[in-house]
Amino acid sequence: MASIAPGGIPDLLDSIFRSESRRILASLIRLLGDFDLAEDGMHDAFAAALEAWPRDGVPDRPRAWLVSTGRFKAIDRLRRTARFSTPLDTLAEPPDEGPSEGLEEEGVEDDRLRLIFTCCHPALPPEACTALTLREVCGLTTEAIARAFLVAPSTLAQRIVRAKARIRDAGIPYEIPGRAEWPGRLDAVLRVVYLVFNEGYSASSGEALTRPDLSGEAIRLGRLLLELRPDAEVMGLLALMLLQESRRVARVSPGGDLVLLEDQDRSRWDRALIVEGKTLVEQALASPRVGAYTLQAAIAAVHAEAAEASATDWAQIIGLYTLLARVAPSPVVELNRAVAVAMRDGPQAGLDLVDALLARRELEGYHLVHSARADLCRRLGRTEEALVSYRQALGLVQQGPERRFLERRVAELQTSFSDPLSK
Amino acid sequence: MKYICFGYLDVQQWATLSPGEQNAMIDACFAYDEGLKKDGHWAGGEGLQGPDTATMVRYEKGKVSVTDGPYAETKELLGGLLMLEARDLNHAIHLISNHPGVKMGPWEIRPAADLAQMIRDSELRRSGSK
Repeated sequence: MASIAPGGIPDLLDSIFRSESRRILASLIRLLGDFDLAEDGMHDAFAAALEAWPRDGVPDRPRAWLVSTGRFKAIDRLRRTARFSTPLDTLAEPPDEGPSEGLEEEGVEDDRLRLIFTCCHPALPPEACTALTLREVCGLTTEAIARAFLVAPSTLAQRIVRAKARIRDAGIPYEIPGRAEWPGRLDAVLRVVYLVFNEGYSASSGEALTRPDLSGEAIRLGRLLLELRPDAEVMGLLALMLLQESRRVARVSPGGDLVLLEDQDRSRWDRALIVEGKTLVEQALASPRVGAYTLQAAIAAVHAEAAEASATDWAQIIGLYTLLARVAPSPVVELNRAVAVAMRDGPQAGLDLVDALLARRELEGYHLVHSARADLCRRLGRTEEALVSYRQALGLVQQGPERRFLERRVAELQTSFSDPLSK
Repeated sequence: MKYICFGYLDVQQWATLSPGEQNAMIDACFAYDEGLKKDGHWAGGEGLQGPDTATMVRYEKGKVSVTDGPYAETKELLGGLLMLEARDLNHAIHLISNHPGVKMGPWEIRPAADLAQMIRDSELRRSGSK
């Protein structure tokens, strides 16, 4: 027993709750096989500690004590309420020697990984995966998640309840997938983590351009995954997030407007994040199978290496986009490649590629294809065409700062267009 | 847990196979099913005859009507049912992923509903009403 004044116990428990509650919850979910029961059990365990520790002293392994007590309390709760939705006989009886003994620490780290895989199971609808991961793995409140994704808290709460019911009823296991299933399941996990990051880094709508709390959570999840399993694509995704995050401050003007990569003050980029991200990219690129996140991170790293925008190695970026289009074909990747080609070979070369893309009609509803086309036309002096494309982009954009950026461009063009002296 | 798996068949794809390829596929499916039986995962299953043999019975406007059907408009038709005894959903997905039939069309996996309580309640209601 560690000696600590009984008066300090509430503070100690408070700090244990902040640093350990997610691990404790993950272990309890594994032991009890039920999210809600585990959460109730955990809160009961903290309440029990508040009573027992000032009297008996702080146990040597507080977390093990809390997990063991939480399980004991949950089974007790099941007995009392006769809520037999979880059959009692499937739960191991708690050891007789009392709650502080008999719980192995091994595999506890993996409990969090198990929880991530459960929350990101491909049989759950994607929006439920994100909500469940933020709620159960990151410990965000339902209200905070609802705010971030601009849905009513009641809608989000229902989504979470339904996902939990699906996990229970369909028998989605609380396990780390086996070697054969690993790649497919990891994809779902990485998708959720990146979705959380993107919502934080470039909010899909609303007035604020970024939500640092969400990108912070995504990076924390990426680090946790990497700590638990050093997979090359996990490395690639974490690197990508770190490199993008390094530019957060420079991406927004004091007035809250979007600053394009080429116009950013590169001295404001976070060097420590860039170094960490670049190291991870290099490690990931050395793996035999290079994935889509790693390639995107490599592109971000090339941008980070350039001391100023004009020094960017566009040839290398085009090469990486060509590879990316092969690994993960998508019209958005082709659009980005077209923009890079324009930077190396001039706006006309880029415009040809963008127009070919538009002719395939896959990206018609995507505002960035129109703003890219507008920008290329503007650089070619084809002002009228540029204005048409800017207006198309404005008709599709959802986010305040991006809208203001496009409106500013339109205003600039109109001024020069109507002014005969500027022609 | 018991899972009921609906195996769909892509008829157009099936028709492109040569008779030899079709036989090889059929044999692979039955060989896999024998493995499921041997390992205790087989909880039942039947193939279905074609949709043109189906009869629909439905209750409409206070009367029971009988017609033929279903109306096969998709290229994927329900070809058979398979009941699995599996540890959990991942186990069921694993067993079905390796089934040769998955190459001939998608499978839908659903956990069996536990109707025990519903049946007990109903029995109580029925015995009470006598």
